[in-house]
Amino acid sequence: MTSASPALDIDLPNGTTARLMVGLEVHVELATKTKNFTSTPNVANRGYFDAEPNTLCDPVVLGLPGVLPVINREAVEMSIRVGLALGCEIARHTKWDRKSYYYPDLPKNYQISQYDEPICGEGTLEVPITDDPTGPTKRVRIMRAHLEEDAGKLLHEAPGGYAIDYSIIDLNRAGTPLLEIVTHPDMGSPEEVVAFCKTLRDICRHLGVTEGILQRGQMRFEPNINVVIHRDGQTYKTPIVEVKNLNSFKAVYGSVKHEFTRQVEEWLQTGRVMGQRAKSTRGWDDAKGVTTHQRHKEDADEYRYFPDPDLVPLNVSEAWLSEMQADMPELPAVKRRRYLGEFGLDAKACDTLLDEPGLTRFYEAVLAQGADARKAAAFLLNTGSKRANDQGVPLHELGITPTQVKGILDLLASDKVGSSAAEQLFGLCCDNPEVSPEALANKHNLLQVSDTGALEAFVDRVLADPKNARAIDDLKQGKDKAIGALIGQIMKLSKGQANAKIVTELVKKKTAAG
Amino acid sequence: MSGDFHTLSLKATRDAIADGSLRAVNVTRAYLDRIEILNPTLNAYHEVFADRALHTAQRVDAGEIKGPLAGVPLAIKDNLCTDFGHTTCSSKMLADFRSPYTATAVRRLEEAGAVILGKTNMDEFAMGSSTETCVFGVVRNPWDTRCVPGGSSGGSAAAVAAGLCAAALGSDTGGSIRQPASFCGIVGLKPTYGRISRWGLIAFASSLDQIGPLTRTTEDAALLMQVMSGQDELDSTCAPDDVPDYSAQIDQPINPLRIGLPRQYLSDKNHPTVAAMMDRATAMFKEMGATLVEIDLPHTEFGIPTYYIVAPAEASSNLARYDGVRYGYRCENPTDLVDLYSRSRSEGFGDEVKRRIMLGTHVLCSGYYDAYYTRALRVRRLIKQDFDNAFASCDVVMCPTTTGPAFPMGQNSDDPLAMYLNDIYTVTCNLAGLPGISLPGGFVEADGRKLPVGLQLLGPVFEEARLLRVARMHEKASGLSNLIADI
Amino acid sequence: MSEQPPNEPITAEQVKHVAKLARLALSPDQVEHHARKLANVLGYAEKIGQLNVEGVEPMAHAMDLSNVMREDKVNEGLSVDKVLANAPDKEPPFFKVVKVLGEGAGA
Repeated sequence: MTSASPALDIDLPNGTTARLMVGLEVHVELATKTKNFTSTPNVANRGYFDAEPNTLCDPVVLGLPGVLPVINREAVEMSIRVGLALGCEIARHTKWDRKSYYYPDLPKNYQISQYDEPICGEGTLEVPITDDPTGPTKRVRIMRAHLEEDAGKLLHEAPGGYAIDYSIIDLNRAGTPLLEIVTHPDMGSPEEVVAFCKTLRDICRHLGVTEGILQRGQMRFEPNINVVIHRDGQTYKTPIVEVKNLNSFKAVYGSVKHEFTRQVEEWLQTGRVMGQRAKSTRGWDDAKGVTTHQRHKEDADEYRYFPDPDLVPLNVSEAWLSEMQADMPELPAVKRRRYLGEFGLDAKACDTLLDEPGLTRFYEAVLAQGADARKAAAFLLNTGSKRANDQGVPLHELGITPTQVKGILDLLASDKVGSSAAEQLFGLCCDNPEVSPEALANKHNLLQVSDTGALEAFVDRVLADPKNARAIDDLKQGKDKAIGALIGQIMKLSKGQANAKIVTELVKKKTAAG
Repeated sequence: MSGDFHTLSLKATRDAIADGSLRAVNVTRAYLDRIEILNPTLNAYHEVFADRALHTAQRVDAGEIKGPLAGVPLAIKDNLCTDFGHTTCSSKMLADFRSPYTATAVRRLEEAGAVILGKTNMDEFAMGSSTETCVFGVVRNPWDTRCVPGGSSGGSAAAVAAGLCAAALGSDTGGSIRQPASFCGIVGLKPTYGRISRWGLIAFASSLDQIGPLTRTTEDAALLMQVMSGQDELDSTCAPDDVPDYSAQIDQPINPLRIGLPRQYLSDKNHPTVAAMMDRATAMFKEMGATLVEIDLPHTEFGIPTYYIVAPAEASSNLARYDGVRYGYRCENPTDLVDLYSRSRSEGFGDEVKRRIMLGTHVLCSGYYDAYYTRALRVRRLIKQDFDNAFASCDVVMCPTTTGPAFPMGQNSDDPLAMYLNDIYTVTCNLAGLPGISLPGGFVEADGRKLPVGLQLLGPVFEEARLLRVARMHEKASGLSNLIADI
Repeated sequence: MSEQPPNEPITAEQVKHVAKLARLALSPDQVEHHARKLANVLGYAEKIGQLNVEGVEPMAHAMDLSNVMREDKVNEGLSVDKVLANAPDKEPPFFKVVKVLGEGAGA
């Protein structure tokens, strides 16, 4: 009995092996301010996520008579940036084509897409398959990536989930720039597929080309799955199934795993192998955890692609490309290696800092001020995260500036503030991003007193207090715990501004000497 | 001169309003009166904006609106979107459609002070050469109401020739400005592809469509071109090239002038009177010192087949949006989505439109794509190269606009191919993207009718100024200027 | 790369296929009618098969323009009222169509 993959839920007959082959089509909604071919706001841009239905429409979006598209330069540049990150060959000459099919969410009844000259050609992505950044990777070849426009939404129930006996259309999403990335069938397990999806999402988010919020459909995955079966020296390939429109990693994992078993079972029962017919499409039933049959699209084999006469071709010059290359940010995999290696951060801190590109940028801005990488990380992930959680606002959007963070770190390093004062100071900075931490500390009496002379006076006063005689005795006898009560009184006396470290040392010295 | 404002050219009207000798309101009212009397016969206009036009004219008189076209009454082909009135494309599909925006060309005219009188009838979606496929009834030729005005800009041409406006806008995909101009004895200019923004022009075939003026004089064409031409950020295919001062140049004759006569255009298909017109024009230019050069446009005969592949292919896609969902005609009680689409489109479109959609769909289908569509695009390049070669030895090409004068209504309406062959002298200009102008070439008497015929001049890209100058030379020498049909 | 146009007239079956793709409902009579006329026009179009077009670049645009792009600057669109103004049927703020079953061809 052999089983090629732990993902296969059934046993195969003796002498039979089954190898899963998965390629992906990934749709990425680009977060430009405006749509791909007109200047109306883009629903995939953070500022317009929750726009009311049909409020992001203009004559172009509606496909009114007489309108014309004009391509958004930012969408083109974002596409090229993704291409560069995936090591794709960037087309020097590219164009737009019309893909024809009728559907109520597609206002012109053709989609402006790219057929035979995609903006990005062949590339590769090394996908880490363990948590170790220097560990093994899976190489997935990219076939192409092309820029097109998204469709609107056809809804079958009213807002709030009420049943209706008709369908309704919201065109807010129509015309959103959509980058479709297509891979070769290089992935051999559901784990590899999910790892690819996660890596791609990280890259796209760190490039700043998409918010990548899966629940909002800003990245949609369509695995193309089949199985290569070997039996008695013969090779059999099952028909390719494309699972449409998955928008969670769980669904990607589940559908690939389910298809693997389903296709092998089907082959065992019917012996059906890949034919001439185009691949079939299936949906994913999240509740039941199974893929489901989808009706074959009548128009699917006849899209009648032809060059869009309303748009002119695009030539990507060497100069433009090098400009974009020079502007490429560091990719998350490289950052991860640097954070773990050079900075010596632990994996958890590293993950947190890299999980949200806005935070990553904030953190690196703090480092750019000359802060110590580990101390900055620790401070942000403790003090910063705490406030972010309390306020329900992402850390990098709390209001505090990287310069202020560096200022607080400096005050901590030079013992001018203690940790609780630093936390207070963090909050004050969030509300006063224009003011320096030092000035805020001064104003709010948060600077600690480190002047030994001044501190000695406080210490002496407390030690001289008769009610403390017992504690002092205990301390002398080696009961270190007793020091707490004494220091508490000294801190109180100094209105919290005494440098606790120096006070402790003074008390120890004075009680030992006595 | 109260009743005769319509006999003034656009330029004369403009100058008289500008110098205060005419009031814009009186001019507009005179045109509106004439429309009321003659439009029931000609059916040139689908919709007239009397109140709006008078209001604009009043503002011109009050000095609130200024500009190079202040107070000039114009008509607009009904495939140009206006945010006032309806924009119907003469189709049941858009019979109730109101555009929320205005075409760039129309907006520029209005900004220059023009008074928009109304929207003119046309062949449905600009598909035709006779304005007989208009869903709001046929348009009649003002020179002989038994004849067609040509098409698809037939309503605009008839309105200009009958003095129902000072000038009009049309659109030309395969001859739709020049052919009706020829049939109606007026000037019709199809500019270089990309000279005038197509924003707001309801697309028929996007790589061929251009907006252009229909006027009674070459000077009037120059004035409208001046206002409409030039880059528009809403049209990717609109050229950034500078716009020359057409009016300043138009009275400068070109000398030396080399006129190319394509041997392929002097076929035996031409009406004998058309050949006579060509002879007259040739003699006239010779007298003015021009050199006549015989040129070769070897792929001319492939113009019609190429055009009737490329144009329907683009049209089939451009007209996919008329589906009865967001706007336009929707059938009664659709049972499901396919029924909603199919019946709305079948009931909303006329026969000719459906025929071209099917033709275009067919040539874009896998299995036929390379043989028809891609091959046609290759032939298109050969046709353009013909012209590139020709313009090495001549300044302009001269040929007939049409093989004959306007034909009687109904003559070709049941034979699409015969109708398509009307476009033989006009389509190559669109395929190559060149500017072309039709100007009155004279009158022919045939079958007891006296009808105008047009002379066509074609030039290299962005040489509208050259075309206008040569056209002006002919206009002056022939005296065929500002012709108004006596109806 | 330079396939010849077919030398046989378009069939009623092909007309039906094309009508279906183009979402046009044709009665059997109309299918016949259009088949005849389309065959006529396509027959004429086949003339381009006579030419040798080997090595000639297809010309999809009339002009040699390239790289016309727009900056990513927002203009607000139409009000919902205007968006829906021409709709044959609506359920504000939505357009309304017959109940649609199944999924679209997708982007």
